[in-house]
Amino acid sequence: MTSAFREPRIDEAYCVTLAEPDDFEGWRDYARRLVMAEVPPDRVIWDAPDGLGGSSGGDLFATNGSDKRLPVPAANTPQPRASRDFVTLAKKAILHSDPARFALLYRLLWRLQGNPRVLEDRADSDVRRIEELARTVRRDSHKMHAFVRFRVVEEEGGADHYVAWFEPEHHIVRANAGFFVNRFTNMRWSILTPRGSLHWDGETLREGPPAQRGDAPEGDPAEDLWKRYYASIFNPARLKIGAMLKEMPKRYWKNMPEAALIPDLIAGAQAREAAMVAAGEREEAPRPATLPAITDALDACRRCPIGSLDNRAVAGEGPRDALLMIVGEQPGDQEDRAGRPFVGPAGQLLDAHLIDAGIERGAAYVTNAVKHFKFTQQSTPVSRGPGKRRLHQSPTAKEIDICRWWLEGERELVKPRVVLALGASAARSLLGKTVSVQKERGRPLALADGSELWITTHPSYLLRLDDAARASEEQRFAADLRAVALRVAELA
Amino acid sequence: MAQAPIIERLAILADAAKYDASCASSGTSKRTSKDGAGIGSTEGMGICHAYAPDGRCISLLKILLTNHCVFDCHYCINRKSSNVVRAKFTPQEVVDLTLSFYRRNYIEGLFLSSGIVKSSNHTMEQLVEVARILREEHDFRGYIHLKTIPEADPGLVAQAGLYADRVSINVELPTDAGLVRLAPDKSARQIEGAMGEVREAIAENKDARKRFRHAPRFAPAGQSTQMIVGADAASDADIVGKASRLYDDFRLRRVYYSAFSPIPDASAVLPLKRPPLIREHRLYQSDWLMRFYGYAPGEVMQATGADGMLPLDIDPKLAWALNFRERFPVDVNRAPREALLRVPGLGVRAVGALIAARRQRTLRLDDVAKLTVSVAKVRPFLITADWRPTLLTDRADLRRLLTPRSEEQLELFAA
Repeated sequence: MTSAFREPRIDEAYCVTLAEPDDFEGWRDYARRLVMAEVPPDRVIWDAPDGLGGSSGGDLFATNGSDKRLPVPAANTPQPRASRDFVTLAKKAILHSDPARFALLYRLLWRLQGNPRVLEDRADSDVRRIEELARTVRRDSHKMHAFVRFRVVEEEGGADHYVAWFEPEHHIVRANAGFFVNRFTNMRWSILTPRGSLHWDGETLREGPPAQRGDAPEGDPAEDLWKRYYASIFNPARLKIGAMLKEMPKRYWKNMPEAALIPDLIAGAQAREAAMVAAGEREEAPRPATLPAITDALDACRRCPIGSLDNRAVAGEGPRDALLMIVGEQPGDQEDRAGRPFVGPAGQLLDAHLIDAGIERGAAYVTNAVKHFKFTQQSTPVSRGPGKRRLHQSPTAKEIDICRWWLEGERELVKPRVVLALGASAARSLLGKTVSVQKERGRPLALADGSELWITTHPSYLLRLDDAARASEEQRFAADLRAVALRVAELA
Repeated sequence: MAQAPIIERLAILADAAKYDASCASSGTSKRTSKDGAGIGSTEGMGICHAYAPDGRCISLLKILLTNHCVFDCHYCINRKSSNVVRAKFTPQEVVDLTLSFYRRNYIEGLFLSSGIVKSSNHTMEQLVEVARILREEHDFRGYIHLKTIPEADPGLVAQAGLYADRVSINVELPTDAGLVRLAPDKSARQIEGAMGEVREAIAENKDARKRFRHAPRFAPAGQSTQMIVGADAASDADIVGKASRLYDDFRLRRVYYSAFSPIPDASAVLPLKRPPLIREHRLYQSDWLMRFYGYAPGEVMQATGADGMLPLDIDPKLAWALNFRERFPVDVNRAPREALLRVPGLGVRAVGALIAARRQRTLRLDDVAKLTVSVAKVRPFLITADWRPTLLTDRADLRRLLTPRSEEQLELFAA
């Protein structure tokens, strides 16, 4: 390479042309010689090719390059000094595309000779500028690490070659090669950019000339998966477009396959969130504050689909200050017709056992976990006569959870000291989770409001058992009820 | 049962994972693949490979192994009683997806979590298996974050730590009462017990590596946790207190906050009004105050109002300063670093720059303006060579003067 020192264009000014736009070593050599020859910053004109493959600015002066005018330092001139911090900053800042960067670095190097602590003065305009350049370069590098997207090309012989097209703002391509080599050591890859290309074959790194977008492949089979992932990981309930744009400015979007989805994701987000909120809007309404008001409001409840069946709400009944609350699963066919809880076969069995256990039903508040009768219509054989039979269907966990809001209202108003849950649905409504009735029965469980919960089986379960099993289960049921009766008597 | 195509399952299992706030890929040991057979490197600093329109960084492939779950936590979209579409991956499918994305430079690695299927141990085994295949069969050197299951066998958790860079266990809710009500199958004691075991394992490993340089690393990026904000009645003061206790007790790297957000097919037990996103933001700011600005948890709590909540209209540092005006103004040219760090509007970097610059010269307001984002915001709290805020800190309307105008706040809500 010919020396970069040229005939001065203006009297006593030196023109220096570096070999590459990111040529730190070259800059350092010349800067060192210039400082030693005591050439002040305003007498040096720095130049370098723009790295984009076009004609470099240096061509203007290319004809008379010669180092005849190289200023000769006096003998025994000491080497210029530069702190490690300065070198670190300069190595970054020199990658910036600002044409004034070389002059800035030289000016700072010059000032460092007089005041080695110049860099500590962050309010100094040169110091602020070099830091800004370095910061911008670091950011551009970081974005290159982040936003390069490889696409696979199958080579002859079946090996995969990963090729990316990227458009950096600054002269960072060469400086960033190490990152990709370290990360993708065992892959064959190329990164093509308008500022030059990198090629790695698994062992050696080659540099190539500036490339064009058309040199890179158009698509990749994994991109559909990636785009689907991108769309799915996005939470439409928390749109923050500004935060996205700050970190992923639009100028990068054109080379990122997932970015094509952004406009639609934003457009659909508010609708998706509104739908989610609307689906559960019900909880916003305040709960009726008295038992009669709850009874009135229940019938209109459509919080879950059960309320929309051909049925009526069956509210709880009993004294407003009952010590004991008995909670069943849901009204059945007969309860629905009568509009009162526990009047069908299961209710009759319950009544009998309550009497045996010494519990006065009229003193207890009797209600259900789910307030409407859930059933399926069964078209009946002709022999059964007119009408259709309504077959009991168990409520889902979700339906129980929805209806829990009403039961909580009843509990808040009645404030029972003891709650008896009949069956798993009732237990779920009170505990918020599904438990095993067989495991939890026979002992009190603490509820958050200080009352205690006793769990036993639902009487309709007893009705379904065959004789032998029913006898033993009824004994256990009776025992559970006796325990509750004892506890209520203690608390009374 | 026939499985849906992988792209459909990816959509379901990524959707199910998005309520986990953490996507960090930072803080682990530096690695490259130069001496290895596979791919992957870590830089110490994480890389965000993309940003979603929710402003969150996408650094890792964040998915669940399955969204089937035997638990019934009310705030969770994957709870047993939810009607969401269910799907599952095999460990090998997760490995293939991870490598395929990694080779194209889409991600830094994998963040794998799972619903509980069959048993806690079975689920944990599957999670560990994914990490094992990646590390052992593919010599994958990228980042792995495994969500561990508190109910699983400690031996499995220990194995997870050997493969993963970070392990995390979510405490889920700031109060035990909230956990009982909203996550009835989980137990605070079990969660904290598991976190304690991970802390012990990390500490032991550090000790071992002091003596044996080649001792295998255990979760070099430490452990983190997440709390859901706004689903129970906990105040900001409760949350800050809980977070600081977690940092102390379990040497956590991070406590993440996730503002409870509406989920499809929400449980009926949950409040539907979402907490303002700004609340989550204020909690992160308070977290920052404790981690980088030298505030004790009690001091952060002093920034809360009578209801225990941080103000939403101003940041907690300003709120604290307004409550302790007698500590201001501080002299830029003389005050110790700790005092400067308390000035609203001065960040850690600005304070560093001021301290370096004042060794060179006596600082004037002009100099401060060059080194800070907004001199107008810091001026009432500072003294410089040519500036002294006369009585400004006594002004009753100071808060109003410093409160961002409403359009700036909207930016934070980012509708």
